[in-house]
Amino acid sequence: MAARVGVVLFPGSNCEHDVVEAIRALGGEADIVWHGDRSLGQCDAVVVPGGFAHGDYLRPGAIARFSPIMGAVAQHAAAGGPVVGICNGFQVLTEAGLLPGALQKNAGLKFVCTTASLRVDSTHSVLTSAVPHGTVLQVPINHFEGNYTCSPATLAALRAGERIVLRYLDNPNGSMDDIAGICNDGGNVVGLMPHPERATSALLGSTDGVPLLRSLLATPSAVLEV
Amino acid sequence: MRFEVQVEVRLREGIADPQGQTIERSLPHLGFGGVSGVRVGKSIRFTLDAASEEQARAEVADMCTRFLTNPVIEDSAVSIEAVDAAGVA
Repeated sequence: MAARVGVVLFPGSNCEHDVVEAIRALGGEADIVWHGDRSLGQCDAVVVPGGFAHGDYLRPGAIARFSPIMGAVAQHAAAGGPVVGICNGFQVLTEAGLLPGALQKNAGLKFVCTTASLRVDSTHSVLTSAVPHGTVLQVPINHFEGNYTCSPATLAALRAGERIVLRYLDNPNGSMDDIAGICNDGGNVVGLMPHPERATSALLGSTDGVPLLRSLLATPSAVLEV
Repeated sequence: MRFEVQVEVRLREGIADPQGQTIERSLPHLGFGGVSGVRVGKSIRFTLDAASEEQARAEVADMCTRFLTNPVIEDSAVSIEAVDAAGVA
């Protein structure tokens, strides 16, 4: 059975349909889950998509972390279920404490909207498990606050645990250690600034997001009901 | 008791401040020399009813930790002033 992915919709999310379409095009099942619900229903994986959840008021993700659905997302993550935060979704996961560090305004105050070259630096995550180490992928980025920042101790832990999943070849935003994406200790929670769902068709300029999303769909996970 | 509260949210020492850097680079072009160390933060003001100043301070500290700041990159300076019901100090 194809994996079923729950895509969380906050007021202000704007990439949820792109994620749903990309997952369906790859043979998965995908449904939108409203942020005000307390249950994810039955799903194998959760994607927190990009956008501006709750208008990014106060800080990106600062209000979204208190949305009712986030309790179920945290439970899903704690049970080992895959959770992927893309762009604003990455910001939400850091604010929620599901991933360490924070995403600061880009160096030079530049909004970046381009295609980035990413290197897969760890296969120890639900998003990269099926992609060979060192693979370079062309994936769109589109953000103002993607400058990953954390304490030296956290950075050391990320490096030692092979938790820096994706690095930029040409750092576009000042991100520490060229970080484009990281994962938690278990590798089941991943956050990344680039948008793999926007690189799933040659018509969109790249299909390099496909192996990432395929990894997610192939992740063996019992169907959890949270 | 009623308190006027001002929370200044600041980037922690050592955290890069792209807004502050941009302002600092701009000022000399406008003829303002000798400026350094520009840091940009935000100011959050509100009125708080609490039993005592101690309780008000504890509550504001909790707000800062859980919501108003991201402790990974920000800290805060809080000022609290007791006022009467009309908001007069």
